[in-house]
Amino acid sequence: MAKRIDVSGLTAYYGSHKAIEDISMTVEPRSVTAFIGPSGCGKSTFLRTLNRMHEVTPGGRVEGKVMLDDENLYGSGVDPVSVRRTVGMVFQRPNPFPTMSIFENVAAGLKLNGSYKKNELEGVVEKSLKGANLWNEVKDRLNKPGAGLSGGQQQRLCIARAIAVEPDVLLMDEPCSALDPISTLAIEDLIGELKERFTIVIVTHNMQQAARVSDRTAFFNLAGVGQPGKLIEIDETERIFSNPSVQATEDYISGRFG
Amino acid sequence: MSTVVDKNPARRASSLQQARLPGWAPYALVVVSVALGAGIGTALGMGNPFQMGLLAALVFIIASYALGAVVEGSRQARNRLATSLVWVCFLLAVVPLLSLIWETVDRGRTVLDGYFLSHSMEGVQTILPGGGAYHAIIGTLEQVGLAALIAVPIGLLTAIYLVEYGRGRLAKAVTFFVDVMTGIPSIVAGLFILSFWIIILGFSYSGFAGAMALAILMMPIVVRSTEEMLKLVPDELREASLALGVPKWRTILKVVLPTAIGGITTGVMLAVARIAGESAPIVLLVFGATGINNNPFEGAQSSLPYYIYEQWQLGNEASFNRAWAAALVLIAFVMILNLVARGIARWKAPKSGR
Repeated sequence: MAKRIDVSGLTAYYGSHKAIEDISMTVEPRSVTAFIGPSGCGKSTFLRTLNRMHEVTPGGRVEGKVMLDDENLYGSGVDPVSVRRTVGMVFQRPNPFPTMSIFENVAAGLKLNGSYKKNELEGVVEKSLKGANLWNEVKDRLNKPGAGLSGGQQQRLCIARAIAVEPDVLLMDEPCSALDPISTLAIEDLIGELKERFTIVIVTHNMQQAARVSDRTAFFNLAGVGQPGKLIEIDETERIFSNPSVQATEDYISGRFG
Repeated sequence: MSTVVDKNPARRASSLQQARLPGWAPYALVVVSVALGAGIGTALGMGNPFQMGLLAALVFIIASYALGAVVEGSRQARNRLATSLVWVCFLLAVVPLLSLIWETVDRGRTVLDGYFLSHSMEGVQTILPGGGAYHAIIGTLEQVGLAALIAVPIGLLTAIYLVEYGRGRLAKAVTFFVDVMTGIPSIVAGLFILSFWIIILGFSYSGFAGAMALAILMMPIVVRSTEEMLKLVPDELREASLALGVPKWRTILKVVLPTAIGGITTGVMLAVARIAGESAPIVLLVFGATGINNNPFEGAQSSLPYYIYEQWQLGNEASFNRAWAAALVLIAFVMILNLVARGIARWKAPKSGR
């Protein structure tokens, strides 16, 4: 289950543009790690390198090593498809499949991969929806289209869809930025429960959110427009928010710039 | 500021109010300009109602603008000018269409009955009434069906390549040639198959040869419309699927295509409708026949457009009637296809109901 991520010397490009440079960090299993930093500093790019989604973008390529326990995700002969089955992802905007019902959305990962038994499917869907705290709201209308749910419900549906394939790691790219405070609270509670089973990495612009949900926080910054983003520091969330070791982190957190 | 400038409350109220023409003014203008158009037309000795209509339209546009300018001011006048232009253009577009449908239905129904739909022209004396278009209907269905069988898979796969995989030179070249193909006149497609299939390879006339030419005409339309529909599928859905560990080909097959299927079907049906009316390649490649030939792979066949052309050329009352009836059948065929396409598009469209 939950695995440790060990990144060393990771640099990512979009074509000839270097988006992030020489990032090394460790993400602990069964914990929540938050990425904060100004827009364009490469948090999302870095997150997407952790399940090889970065290379889906035309021109995207990566140098360096990402170890998932003892396997290099960028080793030769590694299939990005199997990496993505191990490292799931939730996106900024809720994106349920519009042609599918709620049930089919949650089952999508299993069904589309073709690796399921029909009688298991219902159990997996129920377990995942319960895991995403959505079961009680949708159990009577599993055959209704997923796009008919509210924004917050859709996002929890996407989380259910992501955990249905039983990944080891769950990446979340600003999962609450399109949601209202109440839906945000629901997702944050959910993150607290999910970290018992998964390694969770969350990108957020909301520093209070980072302080509330995460165990460790990484601060990213960039030297200027067009410069690559860099990891400034990563530490226990409490230390980052009370007594960071780098001045830039303190400036950012206290709102002194940006 | 306003307290200083506006001492008179009556004037302040009028600063947002302007003189407006009453709501019935445009309708009155229509009546007046139609009357004027007819009057002037008769005075000048125009016998043609279409000319009078154009005259009335011109009077209407000018009068709307002038009246607006005098009563309401220049901005409203320009608004009235644009509105009346849009209406006149709409009528100009619709009148020929309605008149065409009216004419076809009116003349086509004289001989259109079960007998016409179920009999061929075999052994029918062309100057006498009787006979039917069954052989032509069969020919059209088979040729168009075969053309769709060839063109739809190729067009679909080409569009998928262009949208999902195509990068760099090859994709640009394919796009360019699809554009070129869109502009190929149907007679040229027919000549190409004629020289390649019949003259070089030595096959004989057949419905299939015609279907190949129709497929050439159909392919670029399918590619273009499918391409546009696939581009409309948000990248977020592709990413969501890929992030679940679904391979790209399965993502395209199970997520992208179902999301776009409504639009793709509409595009395919429009392409079918477009080629169903082609007669040039049929004349060259299928040769035309008066009897029923159910086998599209051997021997001459007929088709509805060809049948219309053939009957029209015979130049007598009975054959004119048959030509009109066949035209009505062709229009009905295309219209039914369009309705089916719309039905499928509505049925398959992504659902959002709560």
